[in-house]
Amino acid sequence: MLHDTWLIFRRDMLAALRNPTWLAIGIMQPLLYLFFFGPLLVKALNAQGLSDVDGWMIFTPAIIAQLALFGSSFVGFGLLAEYRSGVVERLRVTPVSRVALLLGKVLANALQTVVQALIIIALAYLVFDLNAPFSGVVLSLVIVFLLSVTLASCSYALALTLKSEDAFPALLNAVLMPLLLLSGILIPITAGSAPDWLYTISRINPFRHVVDVERNSFRGDFSMDALFTGSVVVLVMAVLAIWWGSRTFQRENA
Amino acid sequence: MIKARGLERRFRRKGRNGGEVHAVKGVDLDVSAGELVGFLGPNGAGKTTTLRMLTTLLKPTAGEATVGGRDLLADPLGVRRRIGYVAQGGGTAPASKVVEEIEFQGRLYRMSKEDALARGAVLAEQLDLAGLDQRTTATLSGGQRRRLDIALGLIHSPGLVFLDEPSTGLDPQSRANLWDHIRRLRDEQGVTVFLTTHYLDEADALSDRLIVIDDGKIVAEGTPDSLKARVSGDGVVIGVSPDSAQETAEVAGRLEGAHEMTVTEGTVRFRVPRGDTAMPELLRALDARGIAMTSMQVHRPTLDDVFLTLTGRSLRDAEEGAPTDSAEEKETTHVA
Repeated sequence: MLHDTWLIFRRDMLAALRNPTWLAIGIMQPLLYLFFFGPLLVKALNAQGLSDVDGWMIFTPAIIAQLALFGSSFVGFGLLAEYRSGVVERLRVTPVSRVALLLGKVLANALQTVVQALIIIALAYLVFDLNAPFSGVVLSLVIVFLLSVTLASCSYALALTLKSEDAFPALLNAVLMPLLLLSGILIPITAGSAPDWLYTISRINPFRHVVDVERNSFRGDFSMDALFTGSVVVLVMAVLAIWWGSRTFQRENA
Repeated sequence: MIKARGLERRFRRKGRNGGEVHAVKGVDLDVSAGELVGFLGPNGAGKTTTLRMLTTLLKPTAGEATVGGRDLLADPLGVRRRIGYVAQGGGTAPASKVVEEIEFQGRLYRMSKEDALARGAVLAEQLDLAGLDQRTTATLSGGQRRRLDIALGLIHSPGLVFLDEPSTGLDPQSRANLWDHIRRLRDEQGVTVFLTTHYLDEADALSDRLIVIDDGKIVAEGTPDSLKARVSGDGVVIGVSPDSAQETAEVAGRLEGAHEMTVTEGTVRFRVPRGDTAMPELLRALDARGIAMTSMQVHRPTLDDVFLTLTGRSLRDAEEGAPTDSAEEKETTHVA
Protein backbone atom coordinates (compact mmCIF):
# COMPACT_ATOMS: atom_id res chain seq x y z
CA MET A 1 0.00 0.00 0.00
CA LEU A 2 2.89 2.35 0.76
CA HIS A 3 4.33 1.69 -2.68
CA ASP A 4 1.00 2.47 -4.31
CA THR A 5 0.43 5.56 -2.16
CA TRP A 6 3.83 6.87 -3.17
CA LEU A 7 3.06 6.28 -6.86
CA ILE A 8 -0.21 8.19 -6.69
CA PHE A 9 1.31 10.92 -4.54
CA ARG A 10 4.16 11.39 -6.99
CA ARG A 11 1.82 11.49 -9.96
CA ASP A 12 -0.36 14.17 -8.38
CA MET A 13 2.60 16.23 -7.20
CA LEU A 14 4.10 16.12 -10.70
CA ALA A 15 0.80 17.25 -12.15
CA ALA A 16 0.62 20.13 -9.66
CA LEU A 17 4.19 21.20 -10.37
CA ARG A 18 3.63 20.98 -14.09
CA ASN A 19 0.99 23.63 -13.77
CA PRO A 20 1.86 25.79 -10.74
CA THR A 21 -0.62 28.43 -11.86
CA TRP A 22 -3.33 26.60 -9.94
CA LEU A 23 -1.28 26.67 -6.76
CA ALA A 24 -0.76 30.39 -7.28
CA ILE A 25 -4.47 30.97 -7.83
CA GLY A 26 -5.22 28.91 -4.73
CA ILE A 27 -3.08 31.16 -2.60
CA MET A 28 -4.50 34.40 -4.07
CA GLN A 29 -7.58 34.53 -1.85
CA PRO A 30 -5.75 34.19 1.46
CA LEU A 31 -3.17 36.68 0.22
CA LEU A 32 -5.90 39.19 -0.57
CA TYR A 33 -7.27 38.72 2.93
CA LEU A 34 -3.79 39.08 4.38
CA PHE A 35 -3.07 42.38 2.68
CA PHE A 36 -6.45 44.05 2.21
CA PHE A 37 -8.33 42.83 5.27
CA GLY A 38 -5.61 41.91 7.77
CA PRO A 39 -4.40 45.47 8.48
CA LEU A 40 -7.97 46.65 9.12
CA LEU A 41 -8.81 43.81 11.46
CA VAL A 42 -5.50 43.92 13.30
CA LYS A 43 -5.85 47.65 13.91
CA ALA A 44 -9.37 47.16 15.26
CA LEU A 45 -8.35 44.21 17.42
CA ASN A 46 -5.41 46.14 18.86
CA ALA A 47 -7.37 49.36 19.38
CA GLN A 48 -10.27 47.73 21.19
CA GLY A 49 -8.03 45.60 23.34
CA LEU A 50 -9.96 42.49 22.33
CA SER A 51 -6.81 40.48 22.54
CA ASP A 52 -3.86 40.29 24.84
CA VAL A 53 -1.46 39.73 21.94
CA ASP A 54 -0.75 41.51 18.70
CA GLY A 55 -3.59 41.22 16.19
CA TRP A 56 -1.35 39.50 13.64
CA MET A 57 -0.96 36.60 16.05
CA ILE A 58 -4.74 36.24 15.91
CA PHE A 59 -5.20 36.82 12.21
CA THR A 60 -2.33 34.90 10.56
CA PRO A 61 -3.17 31.45 12.00
CA ALA A 62 -6.83 32.02 11.13
CA ILE A 63 -5.98 32.82 7.54
CA ILE A 64 -3.96 29.63 7.09
CA ALA A 65 -6.87 27.67 8.57
CA GLN A 66 -9.08 29.35 5.98
CA LEU A 67 -6.57 28.41 3.29
CA ALA A 68 -6.86 24.76 4.31
CA LEU A 69 -10.63 24.99 4.55
CA PHE A 70 -11.21 26.38 1.08
CA GLY A 71 -8.13 25.09 -0.73
CA SER A 72 -8.71 21.46 0.21
CA SER A 73 -12.48 21.38 -0.04
CA PHE A 74 -12.55 21.82 -3.77
CA VAL A 75 -9.98 19.15 -4.70
CA GLY A 76 -12.89 16.86 -5.56
CA PHE A 77 -13.21 18.79 -8.79
CA GLY A 78 -9.90 17.38 -9.95
CA LEU A 79 -11.14 13.89 -9.20
CA LEU A 80 -14.33 14.50 -11.17
CA ALA A 81 -12.19 15.54 -14.14
CA GLU A 82 -10.18 12.32 -13.78
CA TYR A 83 -13.39 10.38 -13.50
CA ARG A 84 -14.71 11.87 -16.73
CA SER A 85 -11.48 11.23 -18.59
CA GLY A 86 -11.54 7.58 -17.53
CA VAL A 87 -8.38 7.74 -15.42
CA VAL A 88 -10.20 6.61 -12.28
CA GLU A 89 -11.58 3.53 -14.01
CA ARG A 90 -8.21 2.76 -15.55
CA LEU A 91 -6.67 2.76 -12.07
CA ARG A 92 -9.49 0.75 -10.55
CA VAL A 93 -8.93 -2.13 -12.93
CA THR A 94 -5.27 -2.41 -11.91
CA PRO A 95 -4.26 -4.21 -8.71
CA VAL A 96 -3.53 -0.85 -7.04
CA SER A 97 -4.73 -0.54 -3.44
CA ARG A 98 -8.00 1.41 -3.17
CA VAL A 99 -6.90 3.11 0.02
CA ALA A 100 -3.68 4.18 -1.69
CA LEU A 101 -5.68 5.83 -4.46
CA LEU A 102 -7.16 8.09 -1.80
CA LEU A 103 -4.14 8.52 0.46
CA GLY A 104 -1.74 9.40 -2.35
CA LYS A 105 -4.00 12.17 -3.55
CA VAL A 106 -4.83 13.46 -0.08
CA LEU A 107 -1.19 13.59 1.00
CA ALA A 108 -0.27 15.50 -2.15
CA ASN A 109 -3.04 18.03 -1.42
CA ALA A 110 -2.01 18.39 2.21
CA LEU A 111 1.62 18.97 1.31
CA GLN A 112 0.63 21.63 -1.20
CA THR A 113 -1.49 23.35 1.45
CA VAL A 114 1.40 23.34 3.91
CA VAL A 115 3.68 24.94 1.32
CA GLN A 116 1.09 27.63 0.63
CA ALA A 117 0.69 28.21 4.38
CA LEU A 118 4.46 28.59 4.73
CA ILE A 119 4.44 31.30 2.05
CA ILE A 120 1.69 33.19 3.86
CA ILE A 121 3.43 32.94 7.21
CA ALA A 122 6.70 34.06 5.67
CA LEU A 123 5.01 37.12 4.15
CA ALA A 124 3.34 37.94 7.46
CA TYR A 125 6.76 37.79 9.12
CA LEU A 126 8.44 39.95 6.50
CA VAL A 127 5.74 42.52 5.82
CA PHE A 128 3.77 42.77 9.04
CA ASP A 129 6.36 41.87 11.66
CA LEU A 130 4.50 38.79 12.82
CA ASN A 131 6.31 37.51 15.86
CA ALA A 132 5.34 33.91 16.48
CA PRO A 133 7.68 31.32 18.01
CA PHE A 134 9.18 28.77 15.64
CA SER A 135 7.86 25.78 17.55
CA GLY A 136 4.36 27.25 17.53
CA VAL A 137 4.48 27.76 13.77
CA VAL A 138 5.62 24.17 13.25
CA LEU A 139 2.77 22.83 15.38
CA SER A 140 0.28 25.02 13.54
CA LEU A 141 1.53 23.60 10.24
CA VAL A 142 0.99 20.07 11.53
CA ILE A 143 -2.58 21.05 12.39
CA VAL A 144 -3.06 22.62 8.95
CA PHE A 145 -1.74 19.41 7.39
CA LEU A 146 -4.29 17.32 9.29
CA LEU A 147 -7.06 19.78 8.52
CA SER A 148 -6.19 19.58 4.85
CA VAL A 149 -6.14 15.76 4.97
CA THR A 150 -9.59 15.87 6.54
CA LEU A 151 -11.14 18.21 4.04
CA ALA A 152 -9.49 16.70 0.98
CA SER A 153 -10.71 13.19 1.94
CA CYS A 154 -14.23 14.49 2.47
CA SER A 155 -14.07 16.39 -0.79
CA TYR A 156 -13.06 13.28 -2.76
CA ALA A 157 -15.68 11.16 -1.04
CA LEU A 158 -18.35 13.74 -1.72
CA ALA A 159 -17.32 14.25 -5.35
CA LEU A 160 -17.36 10.50 -6.04
CA THR A 161 -20.71 10.13 -4.33
CA LEU A 162 -22.37 13.01 -6.16
CA LYS A 163 -20.55 12.60 -9.50
CA SER A 164 -21.91 15.96 -10.54
CA GLU A 165 -19.98 19.10 -11.35
CA ASP A 166 -23.11 21.13 -10.60
CA ALA A 167 -24.23 19.68 -7.30
CA PHE A 168 -20.71 19.43 -5.87
CA PRO A 169 -19.81 23.16 -5.60
CA ALA A 170 -23.36 24.07 -4.62
CA LEU A 171 -23.30 21.69 -1.70
CA LEU A 172 -19.78 22.73 -0.71
CA ASN A 173 -20.69 26.41 -0.59
CA ALA A 174 -23.76 25.66 1.47
CA VAL A 175 -21.64 23.78 4.01
CA LEU A 176 -18.52 25.93 4.01
CA MET A 177 -20.11 29.33 4.60
CA PRO A 178 -21.62 28.53 8.02
CA LEU A 179 -18.47 26.60 8.96
CA LEU A 180 -16.38 29.64 8.10
CA LEU A 181 -18.55 32.21 9.86
CA LEU A 182 -19.00 30.08 12.97
CA SER A 183 -15.32 29.23 13.28
CA GLY A 184 -14.30 32.76 14.25
CA ILE A 185 -11.74 32.86 11.46
CA LEU A 186 -12.52 36.44 10.52
CA ILE A 187 -13.20 37.79 14.00
CA PRO A 188 -12.64 35.59 17.04
CA ILE A 189 -15.87 34.42 18.64
CA THR A 190 -15.33 34.60 22.40
CA ALA A 191 -17.65 34.55 25.38
CA GLY A 192 -16.97 38.25 25.73
CA SER A 193 -17.32 39.37 22.12
CA ALA A 194 -20.35 37.35 20.99
CA PRO A 195 -23.92 36.92 22.21
CA ASP A 196 -24.36 33.75 24.24
CA TRP A 197 -26.32 31.85 21.61
CA LEU A 198 -23.81 32.59 18.88
CA TYR A 199 -20.97 31.57 21.16
CA THR A 200 -22.78 28.33 21.96
CA ILE A 201 -23.37 27.47 18.31
CA SER A 202 -19.76 28.18 17.47
CA ARG A 203 -18.65 25.74 20.18
CA ILE A 204 -20.50 22.98 18.31
CA ASN A 205 -18.58 23.72 15.12
CA PRO A 206 -15.52 21.48 15.15
CA PHE A 207 -13.54 23.89 12.97
CA ARG A 208 -13.78 26.53 15.65
CA HIS A 209 -11.68 24.34 17.91
CA VAL A 210 -9.16 23.81 15.15
CA VAL A 211 -8.86 27.56 14.64
CA ASP A 212 -8.46 27.96 18.40
CA VAL A 213 -5.62 25.48 18.57
CA GLU A 214 -3.95 27.20 15.60
CA ARG A 215 -4.06 30.51 17.45
CA ASN A 216 -2.87 29.03 20.70
CA SER A 217 0.10 27.35 19.07
CA PHE A 218 0.98 30.59 17.29
CA ARG A 219 1.22 32.43 20.57
CA GLY A 220 3.34 29.61 21.95
CA ASP A 221 0.78 28.44 24.48
CA PHE A 222 1.51 24.73 24.66
CA SER A 223 -0.54 24.06 27.78
CA MET A 224 -2.82 21.04 27.86
CA ASP A 225 -5.78 23.36 28.17
CA ALA A 226 -4.93 25.31 25.05
CA LEU A 227 -4.14 22.41 22.76
CA PHE A 228 -6.12 19.40 23.91
CA THR A 229 -9.61 19.94 22.49
CA GLY A 230 -8.53 21.27 19.09
CA SER A 231 -5.89 18.57 18.59
CA VAL A 232 -8.27 15.79 19.49
CA VAL A 233 -10.94 17.27 17.24
CA VAL A 234 -8.66 17.54 14.21
CA LEU A 235 -7.24 14.05 14.74
CA VAL A 236 -10.67 12.48 15.07
CA MET A 237 -11.91 14.37 12.02
CA ALA A 238 -8.92 13.26 9.97
CA VAL A 239 -9.43 9.61 10.91
CA LEU A 240 -13.15 9.74 10.17
CA ALA A 241 -12.59 11.53 6.88
CA ILE A 242 -10.00 9.01 5.69
CA TRP A 243 -12.34 6.21 6.70
CA TRP A 244 -15.19 7.76 4.71
CA GLY A 245 -12.94 8.47 1.75
CA SER A 246 -11.46 4.97 1.64
CA ARG A 247 -14.89 3.42 1.92
CA THR A 248 -16.08 5.49 -1.00
CA PHE A 249 -13.02 4.54 -3.04
CA GLN A 250 -13.43 0.88 -2.19
CA ARG A 251 -17.13 0.73 -2.83
CA GLU A 252 -17.80 -0.87 -6.13
CA ASN A 253 -18.82 1.35 -8.99
CA ALA A 254 -17.29 4.39 -7.29
CA MET B 1 -9.94 -17.78 -20.28
CA ILE B 2 -13.44 -16.65 -19.40
CA LYS B 3 -16.17 -18.81 -18.03
CA ALA B 4 -19.28 -17.11 -16.74
CA ARG B 5 -22.50 -18.64 -15.53
CA GLY B 6 -25.70 -16.78 -14.92
CA LEU B 7 -24.16 -13.34 -14.59
CA GLU B 8 -26.80 -10.85 -13.62
CA ARG B 9 -26.83 -7.22 -12.74
CA ARG B 10 -29.65 -5.07 -11.50
CA PHE B 11 -29.42 -1.36 -10.89
CA ARG B 12 -31.56 0.74 -8.68
CA ARG B 13 -32.76 3.59 -10.75
CA LYS B 14 -31.95 6.99 -9.36
CA GLY B 15 -34.59 9.49 -8.44
CA ARG B 16 -37.82 9.39 -6.52
CA ASN B 17 -39.75 6.77 -8.44
CA GLY B 18 -36.75 4.44 -8.26
CA GLY B 19 -37.58 1.02 -9.56
CA GLU B 20 -35.07 -1.49 -10.77
CA VAL B 21 -33.29 -1.90 -14.05
CA HIS B 22 -32.36 -5.41 -14.98
CA ALA B 23 -29.40 -4.57 -17.20
CA VAL B 24 -27.97 -8.06 -17.56
CA LYS B 25 -30.30 -11.01 -17.16
CA GLY B 26 -28.24 -14.13 -16.71
CA VAL B 27 -25.34 -14.35 -19.12
CA ASP B 28 -23.27 -17.49 -19.79
CA LEU B 29 -19.97 -17.00 -21.56
CA ASP B 30 -17.11 -19.26 -22.56
CA VAL B 31 -13.98 -17.91 -24.15
CA SER B 32 -10.95 -20.12 -24.72
CA ALA B 33 -7.34 -19.02 -24.80
CA GLY B 34 -6.26 -17.45 -28.07
CA GLU B 35 -9.75 -16.57 -29.23
CA LEU B 36 -10.77 -13.20 -30.61
CA VAL B 37 -14.34 -12.83 -29.53
CA GLY B 38 -16.71 -10.06 -30.47
CA PHE B 39 -19.50 -9.11 -28.11
CA LEU B 40 -22.12 -7.49 -30.25
CA GLY B 41 -25.28 -5.66 -29.36
CA PRO B 42 -27.02 -2.31 -29.58
CA ASN B 43 -26.34 0.44 -27.07
CA GLY B 44 -28.08 -0.33 -23.81
CA ALA B 45 -28.12 -4.09 -24.45
CA GLY B 46 -25.87 -4.77 -21.46
CA LYS B 47 -22.50 -5.06 -23.20
CA THR B 48 -20.64 -2.57 -21.07
CA THR B 49 -22.30 -3.77 -17.88
CA THR B 50 -21.23 -7.35 -18.62
CA LEU B 51 -17.73 -6.18 -19.43
CA ARG B 52 -17.51 -4.17 -16.23
CA MET B 53 -18.53 -7.22 -14.24
CA LEU B 54 -15.91 -9.40 -15.92
CA THR B 55 -13.22 -6.80 -15.23
CA THR B 56 -14.04 -6.46 -11.49
CA LEU B 57 -15.37 -2.93 -11.87
CA LEU B 58 -18.90 -3.93 -11.01
CA LYS B 59 -20.13 -6.63 -8.67
CA PRO B 60 -22.60 -9.05 -10.24
CA THR B 61 -25.99 -9.21 -8.53
CA ALA B 62 -25.99 -12.93 -9.21
CA GLY B 63 -23.95 -15.56 -11.01
CA GLU B 64 -20.31 -16.55 -10.99
CA ALA B 65 -17.32 -16.40 -13.27
CA THR B 66 -13.69 -17.26 -13.60
CA VAL B 67 -11.61 -14.81 -15.57
CA GLY B 68 -8.00 -15.53 -16.47
CA GLY B 69 -8.21 -18.62 -14.28
CA ARG B 70 -9.18 -16.70 -11.14
CA ASP B 71 -12.53 -16.58 -9.45
CA LEU B 72 -14.13 -13.22 -10.09
CA LEU B 73 -15.85 -12.95 -6.73
CA ALA B 74 -13.31 -14.64 -4.48
CA ASP B 75 -10.12 -13.24 -5.99
CA PRO B 76 -10.75 -9.97 -7.85
CA LEU B 77 -7.15 -8.92 -7.25
CA GLY B 78 -5.93 -12.06 -9.01
CA VAL B 79 -8.21 -11.27 -11.93
CA ARG B 80 -6.92 -7.69 -12.09
CA ARG B 81 -3.32 -8.86 -12.27
CA ARG B 82 -4.09 -11.12 -15.22
CA ILE B 83 -6.25 -8.96 -17.44
CA GLY B 84 -5.87 -5.79 -19.43
CA TYR B 85 -8.81 -3.49 -19.88
CA VAL B 86 -9.21 -0.65 -22.33
CA ALA B 87 -12.28 1.42 -21.55
CA GLN B 88 -14.52 2.95 -24.13
CA GLY B 89 -13.40 6.51 -23.54
CA GLY B 90 -9.79 5.64 -22.82
CA GLY B 91 -8.14 6.68 -19.60
CA THR B 92 -5.20 8.97 -20.09
CA ALA B 93 -4.70 12.27 -18.30
CA PRO B 94 -4.52 15.03 -20.92
CA ALA B 95 -1.59 16.84 -19.29
CA SER B 96 0.57 13.75 -18.78
CA LYS B 97 3.34 12.80 -21.13
CA VAL B 98 3.13 9.49 -22.96
CA VAL B 99 6.25 8.15 -21.26
CA GLU B 100 4.95 9.14 -17.82
CA GLU B 101 1.71 7.30 -18.38
CA ILE B 102 3.57 4.20 -19.53
CA GLU B 103 5.92 4.19 -16.57
CA PHE B 104 3.11 4.90 -14.10
CA GLN B 105 0.93 2.14 -15.53
CA GLY B 106 3.74 -0.41 -15.37
CA ARG B 107 4.57 0.49 -11.80
CA LEU B 108 0.93 0.07 -10.80
CA TYR B 109 1.48 -3.57 -11.76
CA ARG B 110 4.61 -3.63 -9.60
CA MET B 111 7.02 -3.56 -12.52
CA SER B 112 10.30 -1.75 -11.98
CA LYS B 113 10.74 1.57 -13.72
CA GLU B 114 13.24 -0.01 -16.13
CA ASP B 115 10.97 -2.94 -16.96
CA ALA B 116 7.99 -0.66 -17.49
CA LEU B 117 9.93 1.58 -19.85
CA ALA B 118 11.44 -1.35 -21.73
CA ARG B 119 8.06 -3.01 -22.16
CA GLY B 120 6.61 0.38 -23.10
CA ALA B 121 9.20 0.78 -25.84
CA VAL B 122 8.33 -2.64 -27.28
CA LEU B 123 4.62 -1.81 -27.25
CA ALA B 124 5.25 1.63 -28.75
CA GLU B 125 7.07 -0.08 -31.59
CA GLN B 126 4.27 -2.60 -32.13
CA LEU B 127 1.52 -0.04 -31.93
CA ASP B 128 3.15 2.65 -34.05
CA LEU B 129 3.69 4.98 -31.12
CA ALA B 130 7.47 5.26 -31.36
CA GLY B 131 8.82 8.76 -31.00
CA LEU B 132 5.79 10.12 -29.14
CA ASP B 133 7.31 9.65 -25.65
CA GLN B 134 7.58 13.30 -24.76
CA ARG B 135 4.24 14.40 -26.17
CA THR B 136 1.37 15.08 -23.78
CA THR B 137 -1.56 12.78 -24.40
CA ALA B 138 -3.77 15.78 -25.21
CA THR B 139 -1.70 16.45 -28.34
CA LEU B 140 -2.09 12.92 -29.76
CA SER B 141 -4.52 12.17 -32.55
CA GLY B 142 -7.58 10.08 -31.77
CA GLY B 143 -6.01 6.98 -33.27
CA GLN B 144 -2.72 7.49 -31.44
CA ARG B 145 -4.47 7.98 -28.13
CA ARG B 146 -6.52 4.83 -28.68
CA ARG B 147 -3.35 2.87 -29.39
CA LEU B 148 -1.76 4.37 -26.27
CA ASP B 149 -4.79 3.20 -24.27
CA ILE B 150 -4.22 -0.26 -25.67
CA ALA B 151 -0.50 -0.11 -24.91
CA LEU B 152 -1.34 0.80 -21.30
CA GLY B 153 -3.75 -2.13 -21.11
CA LEU B 154 -0.97 -4.46 -22.30
CA ILE B 155 1.89 -3.09 -20.22
CA HIS B 156 1.94 -6.10 -17.88
CA SER B 157 1.65 -8.61 -20.75
CA PRO B 158 -1.77 -9.96 -19.78
CA GLY B 159 -3.00 -13.11 -21.48
CA LEU B 160 -6.48 -11.66 -21.78
CA VAL B 161 -7.46 -8.19 -22.84
CA PHE B 162 -10.87 -6.54 -22.85
CA LEU B 163 -11.51 -3.81 -25.40
CA ASP B 164 -14.68 -1.79 -24.96
CA GLU B 165 -15.85 -0.29 -28.25
CA PRO B 166 -12.27 0.09 -29.46
CA SER B 167 -12.91 2.00 -32.66
CA THR B 168 -15.65 4.37 -31.55
CA GLY B 169 -14.92 7.91 -32.67
CA LEU B 170 -12.06 7.02 -35.01
CA ASP B 171 -11.88 7.99 -38.66
CA PRO B 172 -12.08 5.11 -41.18
CA GLN B 173 -8.34 4.97 -41.75
CA SER B 174 -7.45 4.85 -38.06
CA ARG B 175 -10.12 2.22 -37.65
CA ALA B 176 -8.67 -0.07 -40.28
CA ASN B 177 -5.24 0.47 -38.79
CA LEU B 178 -6.52 -0.35 -35.30
CA TRP B 179 -8.12 -3.54 -36.58
CA ASP B 180 -4.76 -4.63 -37.94
CA HIS B 181 -3.19 -4.08 -34.55
CA ILE B 182 -5.92 -5.97 -32.74
CA ARG B 183 -5.60 -8.93 -35.12
CA ARG B 184 -1.86 -8.94 -34.64
CA LEU B 185 -2.25 -9.03 -30.87
CA ARG B 186 -3.91 -12.36 -31.22
CA ASP B 187 -1.99 -13.74 -34.21
CA GLU B 188 1.52 -12.80 -33.13
CA GLN B 189 1.32 -12.65 -29.39
CA GLY B 190 -1.42 -15.12 -28.64
CA VAL B 191 -3.38 -12.65 -26.51
CA THR B 192 -7.00 -13.60 -25.98
CA VAL B 193 -9.13 -10.65 -27.01
CA PHE B 194 -12.67 -9.94 -25.90
CA LEU B 195 -14.07 -6.87 -27.56
CA THR B 196 -17.45 -5.22 -27.48
CA THR B 197 -18.82 -3.38 -30.44
CA HIS B 198 -22.04 -2.16 -31.87
CA TYR B 199 -20.54 -1.92 -35.33
CA LEU B 200 -21.42 -4.88 -37.47
CA ASP B 201 -18.55 -4.39 -39.86
CA GLU B 202 -16.11 -4.39 -36.97
CA ALA B 203 -17.57 -7.55 -35.48
CA ASP B 204 -17.55 -9.13 -38.92
CA ALA B 205 -14.00 -8.10 -39.80
CA LEU B 206 -12.33 -8.94 -36.50
CA SER B 207 -13.96 -11.75 -34.63
CA ASP B 208 -13.41 -15.48 -34.83
CA ARG B 209 -16.59 -15.86 -32.91
CA LEU B 210 -19.46 -13.56 -32.10
CA ILE B 211 -21.69 -13.42 -29.09
CA VAL B 212 -24.82 -11.38 -29.65
CA ILE B 213 -26.52 -9.75 -26.69
CA ASP B 214 -29.86 -8.01 -26.71
CA ASP B 215 -31.83 -6.70 -23.79
CA GLY B 216 -29.49 -8.27 -21.25
CA LYS B 217 -29.57 -11.77 -22.72
CA ILE B 218 -27.35 -13.70 -25.10
CA VAL B 219 -29.42 -14.26 -28.21
CA ALA B 220 -26.91 -16.02 -30.43
CA GLU B 221 -23.32 -17.05 -30.82
CA GLY B 222 -21.17 -18.48 -33.54
CA THR B 223 -18.76 -17.47 -36.28
CA PRO B 224 -19.82 -14.48 -38.33
CA ASP B 225 -20.44 -16.80 -41.28
CA SER B 226 -22.50 -19.31 -39.36
CA LEU B 227 -24.62 -16.49 -37.98
CA LYS B 228 -25.08 -15.08 -41.42
CA ALA B 229 -26.08 -18.50 -42.68
CA ARG B 230 -29.06 -18.34 -40.38
CA VAL B 231 -30.47 -15.62 -42.53
CA SER B 232 -32.00 -17.36 -45.47
CA GLY B 233 -30.79 -16.00 -48.71
CA ASP B 234 -29.47 -12.85 -50.27
CA GLY B 235 -31.26 -9.56 -50.09
CA VAL B 236 -32.46 -8.08 -53.37
CA VAL B 237 -33.64 -4.50 -53.89
CA ILE B 238 -35.10 -3.53 -57.25
CA GLY B 239 -36.05 -0.04 -58.34
CA VAL B 240 -38.81 0.34 -60.95
CA SER B 241 -41.33 3.01 -61.84
CA PRO B 242 -44.08 3.22 -59.18
CA ASP B 243 -46.75 2.02 -61.63
CA SER B 244 -45.05 -1.27 -62.32
CA ALA B 245 -43.91 -2.03 -58.77
CA GLN B 246 -46.79 -4.39 -58.05
CA GLU B 247 -46.30 -6.28 -61.28
CA THR B 248 -42.58 -6.54 -60.63
CA ALA B 249 -43.32 -8.09 -57.26
CA GLU B 250 -45.55 -10.67 -58.89
CA VAL B 251 -42.85 -11.61 -61.36
CA ALA B 252 -40.20 -11.76 -58.69
CA GLY B 253 -42.50 -13.85 -56.50
CA ARG B 254 -42.32 -16.60 -59.11
CA LEU B 255 -38.57 -16.96 -58.61
CA GLU B 256 -37.73 -20.15 -56.80
CA GLY B 257 -37.51 -19.59 -53.05
CA ALA B 258 -38.31 -15.88 -53.15
CA HIS B 259 -39.71 -14.68 -49.85
CA GLU B 260 -40.03 -11.70 -47.48
CA MET B 261 -41.39 -9.67 -50.36
CA THR B 262 -42.13 -6.02 -49.59
CA VAL B 263 -43.26 -3.37 -52.02
CA THR B 264 -42.94 0.31 -51.39
CA GLU B 265 -43.32 3.09 -53.93
CA GLY B 266 -41.00 2.19 -56.75
CA THR B 267 -38.98 -0.30 -54.72
CA VAL B 268 -39.36 -4.05 -54.43
CA ARG B 269 -37.41 -5.97 -51.80
CA PHE B 270 -37.19 -9.67 -51.25
CA ARG B 271 -34.91 -12.50 -50.30
CA VAL B 272 -33.87 -15.34 -52.55
CA PRO B 273 -31.48 -18.24 -51.85
CA ARG B 274 -29.07 -17.54 -54.70
CA GLY B 275 -29.21 -13.90 -55.71
CA ASP B 276 -26.51 -14.25 -58.34
CA THR B 277 -28.34 -16.90 -60.39
CA ALA B 278 -31.82 -15.54 -59.80
CA MET B 279 -31.03 -12.11 -61.25
CA PRO B 280 -30.57 -13.01 -64.94
CA GLU B 281 -33.83 -14.94 -64.82
CA LEU B 282 -35.65 -12.01 -63.26
CA LEU B 283 -34.17 -9.61 -65.79
CA ARG B 284 -35.42 -11.70 -68.70
CA ALA B 285 -38.88 -12.07 -67.18
CA LEU B 286 -39.24 -8.36 -66.59
CA ASP B 287 -37.91 -7.58 -70.03
CA ALA B 288 -40.50 -9.86 -71.60
CA ARG B 289 -43.23 -7.84 -69.90
CA GLY B 290 -41.68 -4.55 -70.91
CA ILE B 291 -40.89 -3.43 -67.35
CA ALA B 292 -37.81 -1.22 -67.15
CA MET B 293 -35.68 -1.54 -64.06
CA THR B 294 -34.09 1.68 -62.76
CA SER B 295 -31.75 0.02 -60.28
CA MET B 296 -30.85 -3.31 -58.79
CA GLN B 297 -28.92 -4.41 -55.74
CA VAL B 298 -28.05 -7.82 -54.45
CA HIS B 299 -26.31 -8.16 -51.13
CA ARG B 300 -25.02 -11.05 -49.12
CA PRO B 301 -26.59 -11.34 -45.69
CA THR B 302 -24.96 -8.95 -43.21
CA LEU B 303 -24.83 -9.13 -39.46
CA ASP B 304 -27.48 -6.46 -39.50
CA ASP B 305 -29.75 -8.97 -41.22
CA VAL B 306 -28.74 -11.49 -38.59
CA PHE B 307 -29.65 -9.12 -35.85
CA LEU B 308 -32.96 -8.45 -37.52
CA THR B 309 -33.71 -12.15 -37.83
CA LEU B 310 -32.72 -12.85 -34.23
CA THR B 311 -34.45 -9.97 -32.52
CA GLY B 312 -37.05 -8.78 -34.96
CA ARG B 313 -35.50 -5.37 -35.28
CA SER B 314 -32.48 -4.06 -37.06
CA LEU B 315 -29.47 -2.98 -35.06
CA ARG B 316 -30.07 0.60 -36.09
CA ASP B 317 -33.67 0.57 -34.89
CA ALA B 318 -32.52 -0.99 -31.66
CA GLU B 319 -30.09 1.88 -31.22
CA GLU B 320 -32.73 4.49 -31.71
CA GLY B 321 -35.16 2.79 -29.42
CA ALA B 322 -32.46 2.08 -26.84
CA PRO B 323 -34.02 2.19 -23.41
CA THR B 324 -33.21 5.43 -21.67
CA ASP B 325 -33.57 3.84 -18.27
CA SER B 326 -30.12 2.30 -18.28
CA ALA B 327 -29.00 5.49 -16.54
CA GLU B 328 -26.37 3.69 -14.52
CA GLU B 329 -24.75 2.24 -17.55
CA LYS B 330 -24.75 5.56 -19.34
CA GLU B 331 -23.10 7.04 -16.33
CA THR B 332 -20.10 4.85 -16.91
CA THR B 333 -19.50 6.07 -20.41
CA HIS B 334 -17.02 8.84 -20.33
CA VAL B 335 -17.11 12.16 -22.01
CA ALA B 336 -14.21 11.73 -24.36
